[in-house]
Amino acid sequence: MVTEIPHTLPRKSATFDDYTLSEIRRAAATGIYDIRGGGAKRRLPHFDDLLFLGASMSRYPLEGYREKCETEVVLGTRFAKNPIVLDIPITIAGMSFGSLSAQAKEALGRGASLAGTSTTTGDGGMTPEERGQSKMLVYQYLPSRYGMNPVDLRKADAIEIVVGQGAKPGGGGMLLGQKISDRVAEMRNLPMGIDQRSSCRHPDWTGPDDLEIKIQELREITNWEKPIYIKIGGARPYYDTTLSIKAGADVVVLDGMQGGTAATQEVFIEHVGQPTLACIRPAVKALQDLGMHRKVQLVLSGGIRNGADVAKALALGADAVSIGTAALVAMGDNDPALEAEYNKLGTTAGAYDDWQDGRDPAGISTQDPELSARLDPVKAGHRLANYLKVMTLEAQTIARACGKSHVHNLEPEDLVALTVEAAAMAQVPLAGTDWIPGRDRY
Amino acid sequence: MAEIDVAEVGVRGVNSTLHGLPEGTNETDWVILNPHGYHSIACGLDEHLNVAIKGHVGFYCGGMNQLAEISVEGHAGVGVAENMMSGTVRVSGNASESAGATAHGGLLVINGDASSRCGISMKGVDIVVGGSVGHMSAFMAQSGHLVVCGDAGDALGDSIYEAILFVRGKVASLGADCIEKDMTPEHIAKLTELLAAADIEADPSEFRRYGSARKLYNFDIDNIDAY
Repeated sequence: MVTEIPHTLPRKSATFDDYTLSEIRRAAATGIYDIRGGGAKRRLPHFDDLLFLGASMSRYPLEGYREKCETEVVLGTRFAKNPIVLDIPITIAGMSFGSLSAQAKEALGRGASLAGTSTTTGDGGMTPEERGQSKMLVYQYLPSRYGMNPVDLRKADAIEIVVGQGAKPGGGGMLLGQKISDRVAEMRNLPMGIDQRSSCRHPDWTGPDDLEIKIQELREITNWEKPIYIKIGGARPYYDTTLSIKAGADVVVLDGMQGGTAATQEVFIEHVGQPTLACIRPAVKALQDLGMHRKVQLVLSGGIRNGADVAKALALGADAVSIGTAALVAMGDNDPALEAEYNKLGTTAGAYDDWQDGRDPAGISTQDPELSARLDPVKAGHRLANYLKVMTLEAQTIARACGKSHVHNLEPEDLVALTVEAAAMAQVPLAGTDWIPGRDRY
Repeated sequence: MAEIDVAEVGVRGVNSTLHGLPEGTNETDWVILNPHGYHSIACGLDEHLNVAIKGHVGFYCGGMNQLAEISVEGHAGVGVAENMMSGTVRVSGNASESAGATAHGGLLVINGDASSRCGISMKGVDIVVGGSVGHMSAFMAQSGHLVVCGDAGDALGDSIYEAILFVRGKVASLGADCIEKDMTPEHIAKLTELLAAADIEADPSEFRRYGSARKLYNFDIDNIDAY
C-alpha cells in the first residue's frame, strides 16, 4: 500500500495579499504611483462600530409619526450678517467642475435645493448651472484660486476656505490633462490638455495669524454678510479646530480620511490622515474648551452613508454633516447597471475609482461630452433629493427613539461602542460596560 | 476730492463707504488718510474710482480690485492687489510677500522692491517692479507679465505655465521648467508698453525674457527629478 504524503494547502501571505502583489506588479511595470479617486478603502473604525441605546425605563421616547423632531441647522451665527439656514443637517461637500461634469454639478445643486440644503463649489470656480440650481451655494476658496473672482464671491451664500481635505491632508491636487476641456481650461486660465496642479498651500498666507487677516479681507469684500467656513483634513483635529476658531471661522468643516478626492495618490489616501471617527471628539473638545461649541458650527464629513451615520455624528457633537461620495452614488456612480462598461475599464461596479481619467460611464466624473450627456441633471437631482430625505428620516427616527425633539439634542450618552478602538475614539463606553478607554487612566 | 480718515472710521468705514457708491458715481476721487498699516484697505472695489492712500498699508490692500485706480504712497504688506481682476494698483515704496498673487488682470506697479513670491500663481495680471523681487517669484505663474527692473531671487518662475517674465538684472536661479527665451521684437514692444504704463524709465534692450520650457505640463515619470 502506497501512502500518499499529505500536503498542506497553499497559503497566501496576509502581508503580501493579492491586492498588494498586484500593486507591486503594476508599479514595476509602469514606474509610476497609482492615482485614483475616492477616499480610504481600508477597514477603519467607523460609525458602524457605534450603537444607539434608545429609550427605556430611564428615557422617554417620542412618538414616531406624531411628535416633531426638528432638523433645522443654522450655520454661521458667529460673525456673518446672513447665516445659512438648512432644513436638514446634511450638506453637499465641495466637488469641482472639472473633476465632475457640468451635468453632475447641476444635479448636485438641484438635489440639494429640493432637500433644503446647500451644495458647494470646488477647485475651478462657480458654474452658472450650479449657481442657478443651488438655493444655497458655498463657494470654496482654494489655494489654486482657479476661477476665483469677486463677482462670484458675492453671489455665494457662504465662503469655505479650504486648508485641507481628509483624503489628502497636506496635499494639493492634480486634474489630469485628459479632463481639461476647453471650458475647464478657460475657467482656470490654463491651456487645454495640460495637467492642472493645485497647490497644497495658499499663495498669500502661511499660518493662522495670516489667515485671520485673510478672513477679514473676505469679510470686507462681502460686507460681512457671508458665513466663513474653514475646511480642514483629519490631521490634528484638536489644534486645527482651535486655530480655525482663533482665525475667525464661523464654521469648521472637518473631513476624515474616508472623505473622497477627485484624484490623489493611493498611498496618500490610505496612509495619511485619521479616520472620521477619530477626528470628531478632539474637534468638539476644542470647541468646548474655547466656549464655542454650537457658536462656531462643526460640519463633519468623510464616509457618511446613512441616517445612522448622521445621527451618530450629531450625537458626538457635530452640527451637521457633509456628503460627497454618497451623493455621487445616489446620482448613479458605480451603478451595477453599467457593469459591462466597468468591465471594459478593467474594474467592476462598486470598485470603480478611476475618477481622474475622465471615462466614467455614469457621466459624472468626466468631461467627455457623450458620457456627460448620459446624466440627466433633473433625474439625478431627484435621486439625490430622495436620498437626502431618507437620511434625514432615518436620523429623525433614531433621535425620536432616544427621546429627542431635535436631532441636535442627541448626545454621547446615547451611544455605546462595539469595539475598544471605537470606544476610545468616540469617548463612549464599550457596550455592556461603563468603560471608556483613555478615561480615568485605565 | 473726498477724504476718509482710517483713524476715525476704521477699515470697515473706509470699505463700506467705497463699496456703497452707486454704479457710475461721479464721486470718483478719494483720499485715504492715516492708513497706519491697517489690513484690507480698499479691497473689493468695483467702480472706476481714483483712491490715493496716504501712507503705509498692511495685508491685502487693493485685493480683488476691479476697475479702480489705487495708489499707495508708502509701503505695502503681504498680498497687495491679490487676485486683482482689472484696474491699477501702484505702490510708491516696497511690497511684502505675494504681491499680485493669483491676480487675473489689471496692472500692479511697485516702484521699490517686492519680497518673495511676487506674482505667485498670477493669472493674467501685469506686474512691473522698479526694484528687485525675492525668491520663488512667479511660482506657478499662469499668464500675464512680470517685469523686474532689478534682480530676481532664487527659483524664479518655478513650475511656470504661460506667464512671461522680463528681468533686467541678475537672476539668482531659475525654478523647475523655467528657461531663458529669446527677446523678439514683439516682446521688446510689449515690454516697452508695460514700462510706459508703469511710468518707469528703463531700457527694454537691457532685459532678458524667461518662460516655460513646457516639459512639466503633463506628468512624465522621466521628469521625476523635477518633482
